[in-house]
Amino acid sequence: MSEIQLMDELKARLGADRVLTAREDILPYGFDGTATLKQLPACVVFPRDAADVSTVLKLAREHRAPVVTRGSGTGLSGGSVPLPGAVVLCLVKMDRILEVDTANLTLRAEAGAITQKIYDAADAVGLFYPPDPGSMKISTIGGNVAENSGGLRGLKYGVTRDYVMGLEVVLADGSICWLGSKCVKDVAGYNLRDLFIGSEGTLGVVTQVLLKLLPKPAARQTLLATYTAMDAAAETVSAIIAAKIIPCTLEFLDQKTLRCVEDFAKVGLPRDAAAILLVETDGHPAAVADEAAKIEELCRAHGASSVRRAATAAEAAQLATARRSAFSALARLRPTTILEDVTVPRSELASMIRAVEVIAKKHDLNIATFGHFGDGNLHPTILTDERNTAEMHRVELAFTEIVDETLKRGGTITGEHGVGLAKKPFLKRQLGDASYDLLRLVKKSLDPEGLLNPGKIFD
Amino acid sequence: MSSAVKTQNLLKGLDYSVLQQCMHCGMCLPTCPTYVETKEERNSPRGRIALMRAIADEELEITKAFGEEMYYCLGCLACTSACPAGVNYSELFETARADVEKSAVLASPKRDFIRWSVLRILFTRPRLLRLVGRTLWLWQASGLQSLARRAGLTKLLPKNLRRLEPQAPTIRAKFSHQLIRPIEKPAAPKRRVLVLTGCVQDLAFSDVNRATVDVLLANGCEVHTPPVQPCCGSLHAHNGDTDTARVLARRQLDLINPDDFDAIISNAGGCGSHLRAYDHLLHDDPVYTQRAAAWSKKLKDIHEYLVEINFRKPAAPLGSPLAGAPSTVTYHESCHLCHGQKVSSQPRAILKSLPGVELRECAEAQWCCGSAGIYNITQPDTSAWLQDRKIGHLAATDAQVVATANPGCHLQIQSGLAAHGHPATEVAHPVVLLARAYAAESDHF
Repeated sequence: MSEIQLMDELKARLGADRVLTAREDILPYGFDGTATLKQLPACVVFPRDAADVSTVLKLAREHRAPVVTRGSGTGLSGGSVPLPGAVVLCLVKMDRILEVDTANLTLRAEAGAITQKIYDAADAVGLFYPPDPGSMKISTIGGNVAENSGGLRGLKYGVTRDYVMGLEVVLADGSICWLGSKCVKDVAGYNLRDLFIGSEGTLGVVTQVLLKLLPKPAARQTLLATYTAMDAAAETVSAIIAAKIIPCTLEFLDQKTLRCVEDFAKVGLPRDAAAILLVETDGHPAAVADEAAKIEELCRAHGASSVRRAATAAEAAQLATARRSAFSALARLRPTTILEDVTVPRSELASMIRAVEVIAKKHDLNIATFGHFGDGNLHPTILTDERNTAEMHRVELAFTEIVDETLKRGGTITGEHGVGLAKKPFLKRQLGDASYDLLRLVKKSLDPEGLLNPGKIFD
Repeated sequence: MSSAVKTQNLLKGLDYSVLQQCMHCGMCLPTCPTYVETKEERNSPRGRIALMRAIADEELEITKAFGEEMYYCLGCLACTSACPAGVNYSELFETARADVEKSAVLASPKRDFIRWSVLRILFTRPRLLRLVGRTLWLWQASGLQSLARRAGLTKLLPKNLRRLEPQAPTIRAKFSHQLIRPIEKPAAPKRRVLVLTGCVQDLAFSDVNRATVDVLLANGCEVHTPPVQPCCGSLHAHNGDTDTARVLARRQLDLINPDDFDAIISNAGGCGSHLRAYDHLLHDDPVYTQRAAAWSKKLKDIHEYLVEINFRKPAAPLGSPLAGAPSTVTYHESCHLCHGQKVSSQPRAILKSLPGVELRECAEAQWCCGSAGIYNITQPDTSAWLQDRKIGHLAATDAQVVATANPGCHLQIQSGLAAHGHPATEVAHPVVLLARAYAAESDHF
């Protein structure tokens, strides 16, 4: 059956205004936040609810058309880049926050709800939703669940997975199921909810999310430490962790990154520093004061040339916002910005940074590095030009070597961006044959016809 | 024909790195009013840039739908403030609109006539514009307008005009040149500046121009104000007529030599944003490149300049608090002042300096009010939605005065306040409030 027939049926069932097919309308859905990847879909569909999603999946199954689910399209591994002939299932219009339960400290929202709005809704009643990916101002909670997104607060508070208590999921055959509950303890049956977290749209479509909230920390303190050498900054990170201090945030920016961020955000970052650490501690006011003092001492002991404390909450928020812009701000330097996401055990940080430097030099590439160093999560970012084929070839070689160095240190190819298309070639090496086959087995049983985001994670 | 369109394609002629600068991270989406309205990518900055790039890459023709999209964009430039990558959306947008006009995908006899009469005739001839303004003033001041309204005659107007009729600016009895002498000097001049009087500002807000001169005089500036000034060309550049925009810029540079002044002052957000980009507009002009570069260095927004020269803070008037003077003010930022010129803290510094006045921040101060040049004429629905949203946020502050620094915003907010039952709320340019405060210093009770 033809693509056109499928589109007509989608329009008939969902309403013509819910289906985009014109070239001008669908061209902007050909990519997400990942560099260099693009593919035009057949159409874009905006469901209203899980029942609409179910309708779309059933029709797609009848017509054997692949379905690529997306939210705001800010992903960084190509997870929501369409396939030829694909139906793009865009959930951004299902964006309601359905319930904030202050008795049980939970929040239930539709998958298209914006992460920032979820944070704000919790904040308004004195509660706290910690995961804060860089794109939180526009990313959807459904996308965060599908990619198991991290963020700046991962060190102390964990990632999206740690806050998902329940999910409404539409399966490949169109059936709608609810996984999880508001209960803190719940061991009834397999923990299938976790299976869908980080599944990148390959196992089902998440349509609703039940989230765990925390009490809002009473106090926060943000410190900015300046270094004249990258190594010293990395060693400070290890020292803080070794001193049994777990700050909320422990971010690293090298000179290239901090200069780009400063050009955009103008928050007074020291442009001449070789690197900076942005550290935030939160909790009880006394504990915060104590931790901040210890952190400052450790920074100085490990070679920080200066340590500045944010004077106000507004200044602290400005610094965090500035840090969140790092990846995009780096685009100021070269036409194409390719972001890496490798993560190593924290004890390996300093040596991993040195390895990235060596690789950059060897392949004559411009690499900036920033990242969530408290998590061992690096974002070496290659600044290049996709039209320069010779340079792009060197980029590929460099990536392979970065992956080699990561795996050698017991690290992972992706800390928080997902495998998608970008990391697909490296997954088997990390997992090994048996684990890799297990993934395929799970996929096969939940999506036997291979229509849910096919070709992502693995072929 | 399509190949002819391709060879003329201005987007293709752009430095490709301007298009490539967008790395589609999506940080612009939540700040884009049209994306927030529809939640569809095509209506977002990132989506529009993708379409422009597709045209440059010859993956898309310049179609009617593309043309409509470029005119659905407000051109508010909120995306440029949100963009960490520093994409020059303004240039992309103006180039795309110029492409749309060149390829004539939106052409119709009515549209062509309106564009020709407004862009090519009215806003290229300052004396003619004043004549039209004078006629409109006669209509309003003679009582004919209210007579026509009461008799229900305005209902005979076509629907579009009927809706806009109440928004037509009230023309001032005196235009700028009748209020301001070509050169005015303070007792001991420390600086020499030139004031640009604008087009709509000149006819509908000549008091703002007078106030601009007053506050500059009060801060030791010798003020030059040429009585007849050409339109700056912003209306043309924003609407795809870059050729006329260049002609007007050259005319401006013929009239005014930037080297003669310490600063050239603009007091309208929309004009200033375009005026300070003359260097880019004429960067490849064989004659004017240097002069345009000098011009852009001297061009200052009035608030920016006042803060730069450390303006004198007005003293509380004798016998203060001033009876009846407004004590609460909120500030709506003109898009082209805050996003186009990145002037945001300075107007607030002026408002905060007013004795006895409290500045109450409103939500979404940096959001477009829906005026957006002639957007309220071309896209009435979206414009009205933005106007409602804006008035809601302004009214929530319960401030007695809404300060704003652009004639389009001024009119849009004024008519919105009236329509939403807040006719007593005053709309005023920050400089007018400052001039008033200076004047009040010497008032005795």
